[in-house]
Amino acid sequence: MSERIADWTKGEQAITYQTCTSCGHAQYFHRAFCAACGASDPREQRASGKGRVYATSLVCRAATPETRAHVPYNILLVDCAEGFRMMAHGDNGLAIGDSVIASFRPFAGKLVPFFAKGR
Amino acid sequence: MTTPLSSVIPGRCVSIEPGISRFSGAQGRTGVRSFGPSRNDSGGRLMSFITGVGLTSFGKHEGSSSLDLMSKAAQAALDDAGLRRADIDGVLCGYSTVSPHIMLATVFAEHFGIRPSYAHAVQVGGATGLAMTMLAHHLVEAGVARHVLVVAGENRLTGQSRDASIQALAQVGHPDYEVPLGPTIPAYYGLVANRYMHEYGVSEEDLAEFAVLMRAHACTHPGAQFHDPITVADVMASKPVAMPLKLLDCCPVSDGGAAFVISREQIGEAGVRIRGCAQAHTHQHVTAAPGLSELGAEISIARAKQATGLAISDVRYAAIYDSFTITLVMLLEDLGLAGRGEAAARVRAGHFGRDGAMPLNTHGGLLSYGHCGVGGAMAHLIEAHLQMTGRAASRQVRDASIALLHGDGGVLSSHVSMFLERV
Repeated sequence: MSERIADWTKGEQAITYQTCTSCGHAQYFHRAFCAACGASDPREQRASGKGRVYATSLVCRAATPETRAHVPYNILLVDCAEGFRMMAHGDNGLAIGDSVIASFRPFAGKLVPFFAKGR
Repeated sequence: MTTPLSSVIPGRCVSIEPGISRFSGAQGRTGVRSFGPSRNDSGGRLMSFITGVGLTSFGKHEGSSSLDLMSKAAQAALDDAGLRRADIDGVLCGYSTVSPHIMLATVFAEHFGIRPSYAHAVQVGGATGLAMTMLAHHLVEAGVARHVLVVAGENRLTGQSRDASIQALAQVGHPDYEVPLGPTIPAYYGLVANRYMHEYGVSEEDLAEFAVLMRAHACTHPGAQFHDPITVADVMASKPVAMPLKLLDCCPVSDGGAAFVISREQIGEAGVRIRGCAQAHTHQHVTAAPGLSELGAEISIARAKQATGLAISDVRYAAIYDSFTITLVMLLEDLGLAGRGEAAARVRAGHFGRDGAMPLNTHGGLLSYGHCGVGGAMAHLIEAHLQMTGRAASRQVRDASIALLHGDGGVLSSHVSMFLERV
């Protein structure tokens, strides 16, 4: 099995994904196998951080003291250039279809992916 | 805003004053009558019947535990069916976020005083109530049990803080890839709403129509959590929660309990049978959800239609999951109860009102009757049952001979579609 590349969920400023060497399926949630075909050992890669906004929701009511300090914050679903979808934060003005690029910002004690309009 | 009612609203409730419940008790029915297998035979197929229902008021039940609320609803359902504890040989129960337990069904059975031959809890989020009903239907059909008690109740409002409730529910998100971003359940649905509105030209005012409708219905039910009428302007002006969803687009957190009995034979004269049902599970996390054109509601309704031979044009009453206004809009359109982007226009035309062509959640739904967890969506079935048996008092619709029920768990993740038929 290829070694796991540390990503933002492990504290690194990176977004990673996996590609199945058998069927080509791209997946975002890390697994030891391809969720589409079951083949083992999908290839781990760093994503470019480029993508397009699929949906947004500006959170104005948070549930914990740590997250409440950040309201309002914009939760996004982003369709990444490499063919997988991810959840992230982003600029408040973003709209569906906007081309975006990722950076990382602190949120509730963690660095999280944050998307802004790309060129 | 909450009603102080602590009254149980059972199936045969004849009238309720605030704080007082009066119902006709066992004399309303001529006791248990068993009709044997021949009665329970339609073209060689076995059937299941919903023989009793029990629902508490939703809102604040200060000092009531989850077990108290479950027991109250269960007793009302038994009374409604004219059954005794010893008649119950199957128990299916939902979960309680306030009092989690790895064996809640047996905890309840012991507490309530029954020793069933079949019992366990079921967890499918908001779809749990209908998933339990589907399982009870199959258990009864298979001869595993004769009378299955389906029960849920939770003191979700007074038993924990609203933050704790919101936080507990947000854990349906992915622990590594979603939860650290601070989403809430409204945010998951806010994302879906944003996309759906974009694709089908639905406006925030369109969504608001459903909050207004559910509130209008709740105003006619004494057990509902909210009784103040609201307008589209009120919804639009309510506090933003997770845009485009505002406070009045979201169901409340409630205390309450609900129960019903699924039996192999009909009891009494007015019968409601489960004509058929189906499920679909496409994903858990919104990040992994399929496109809007491939969501589970369309799959489960297609399967349910196939299982029953029924069409949407046969349906006379609709009981549809409504955790948020967007949930209701999407499910109505996914199920074929309205065309894409047309559900709100149908509300404005009175289509989903008590006197409309397709009365919808006449008790007020999760949005305004309230949402106590698993029991919340069970209230939809109980209201359908009251409508089908002509016991819905001032809310009674003209014809509820065939009802379509639909439940959704997670973020449109798990779906159960079910047809009920009056017999």
